[in-house]
Amino acid sequence: MMAHLTIVQAVNDALRTEMKRNPNVVILGEDVGKVGGVFRATDGLYQEFGPERVIDTPLAESGIIGTAIGMAAYGLKPIAEIQFMDFIYPAYDQIVSELAKFRWRSGGQYAAPVVIRTPYGGGIKGGLYHSQSAEAYFVHTPGLKVVVPSTPYDTKGLLIASMRDEDPVLFMEPKKIYRAIKGEVPEGDYTVPLGVARVVREGNDVSIFSYGAMIHTCLEAAEKAGTEGIKTEVIDLRTLLPFDKEAIMKSATKTGRVVVVHEAPKTCGFGAEVSALLAEEAIEYLRAPIVRVTGFDTPFPYTLENVYLPDADRILNAIKRVVNF
Amino acid sequence: MARTTEKSHDLLQIIRDDGLRDRTLEPSLTDAQLKELYKWMLLVRVLDQRMLNLQRQGRIGFYGTVTGEEAAVIGSAYALKKEDWILPALRQGGAALMRGFPLSLYIAQCIGNSLDVQKGRQMPCHYGYKPANFVAWSSNIATQLPHAVGVAYAAKIKKDPTVVMAYLGDGATSEGDFHVAANMAGVWKAPVVFLCQNNQWAISVPFSQQTAAESIAIKATAYGFQGVRVDGNDVLAVYKAAQTAVDRARAGEGPTLVEAVTYRIGAHSSSDDPSRYRSEEEVERWRKRDPIDRYKNYLRQRGLWSQNFESQLQEELNAQISLAITEAEAAPALTVDSLFEDVYAQMPWHLREQLENLKKTR
Repeated sequence: MMAHLTIVQAVNDALRTEMKRNPNVVILGEDVGKVGGVFRATDGLYQEFGPERVIDTPLAESGIIGTAIGMAAYGLKPIAEIQFMDFIYPAYDQIVSELAKFRWRSGGQYAAPVVIRTPYGGGIKGGLYHSQSAEAYFVHTPGLKVVVPSTPYDTKGLLIASMRDEDPVLFMEPKKIYRAIKGEVPEGDYTVPLGVARVVREGNDVSIFSYGAMIHTCLEAAEKAGTEGIKTEVIDLRTLLPFDKEAIMKSATKTGRVVVVHEAPKTCGFGAEVSALLAEEAIEYLRAPIVRVTGFDTPFPYTLENVYLPDADRILNAIKRVVNF
Repeated sequence: MARTTEKSHDLLQIIRDDGLRDRTLEPSLTDAQLKELYKWMLLVRVLDQRMLNLQRQGRIGFYGTVTGEEAAVIGSAYALKKEDWILPALRQGGAALMRGFPLSLYIAQCIGNSLDVQKGRQMPCHYGYKPANFVAWSSNIATQLPHAVGVAYAAKIKKDPTVVMAYLGDGATSEGDFHVAANMAGVWKAPVVFLCQNNQWAISVPFSQQTAAESIAIKATAYGFQGVRVDGNDVLAVYKAAQTAVDRARAGEGPTLVEAVTYRIGAHSSSDDPSRYRSEEEVERWRKRDPIDRYKNYLRQRGLWSQNFESQLQEELNAQISLAITEAEAAPALTVDSLFEDVYAQMPWHLREQLENLKKTR
């Protein structure tokens, strides 16, 4: 059976599915209980599973992650929500110094496989404190996994896979397309494996590597390029840590032209990692310099949000630059 | 209740500095238990000296003693059951030993070789030993406190009778995570005991510069639970305060903050020089209130201590430590593979690749 769901409904479906299957799953965060989350991602779960499994915490992000670590060490499976990724920084120490290193520093005696769900990204008129894409800070942290879905199907499958993973996972939800993208989602149980990219669109002329909400902007640009005879391949990385090197190498060596797209600032963003990988291991295949289309190295703006965010025209421009090099 | 230190009002004390006791407050411990407390305190004292010597000889890289605070550690941990958990800070290695952490593994942790259950990944004194429910900790201050609340609340959700003891120093009470943890523990009525060893110094910063509050215990009031102050150099008083807090937690009455007022006789660590910031007179004043000497006087008055008992015990402990050092130092070094293990449950491709490349260059 299939259901036609939005991304935020797919999140809800994944949580409910796993909570039914695994009695150790608990959800904790700000406003996740009675109100069902500010985006309604946990809608109805408090009513269905009760206050001991859907926990409205005091307003303290370091406490949400810190207590989730303790719960996980004791044998629960905590799914922590950070209401906006912009608010994750008070928990940064708990994530980077504690969560990510819990297994390693104990010699494998203890583990804290917490899932952190957090809506990220711009496009909702949220200004600089409700729009950030903070993935780079976390992709630089050994011990974490970082996952970003772009479709309802992947959202449910990747979230269930994250909740069954033995390691801590930062699960970034593209809030701009929480409701804008609908798709077929199987009912019940299925997973999409972490660490595996997806070829969203095939093409031989140029490869675009991206993730999250930007995938849809990349597709728009690819369609436009298609009308000019350029065959663009779009790869949805889906997992940023550990990322799918094989998929990147395969596509880049095939097309020889690479554009990397993300909302986050350019300098030391994930595009830098993709570019460096290709420079190290595939430079002889490249027929043009790699081009990054990203947010700017400024704070995220309120009024000029659409200037900041990569759009189809900026991406199309990059496609043409690498094709015409 | 007897009074001793500055700010001594409401300070629980059972054994006075001269070893005389308040019989109305004495906990009901058997003679064997009373002697056991002494044995553990003395082990920690002797072990610290031996470990500091190893550090000075270059056989371990770092060490932090708990000299002067043994009663606070041993007295509090003695109140726990086997199934209870400890989230430690820097100076609670003795509690791990008391809960079954083998001496040779304690020493191997400080060496960082293949006998170390943490595989040489942490600086000395960062012990973690799962069979003792003694959780591996980080050097970052106060971060273990939210973990403790999470463990405690998880136990409560699972309807387990587990109690969690979280250790911290006076400096940690200035960190956000202390307040976050205390607040959440209060709201959730979590079965956790915050045991603060107020040893007056956070490296070089004295208690008076750490907080304007008259005590640490008083901070619990803001979070809706009880804070108690206890003479941290009086092992029976610490035990009694901890036991009361542990019993309350187990009975579902929520958290307690116990402030054990004590003093760090030694340096912060082997890398610290306290002569730069505090006077020898101050240290001397606290040496006279030594927890082991005081407890020894108490035991003697109860007929439980003799010079013969002391000499035999010292000899026994030193022999045990020597044996453990020999065993620990004999263990082989770690392999380079171990660096890449346990980052994740299964080694992902990028770590495998880095390990393989590293091996090619060696």
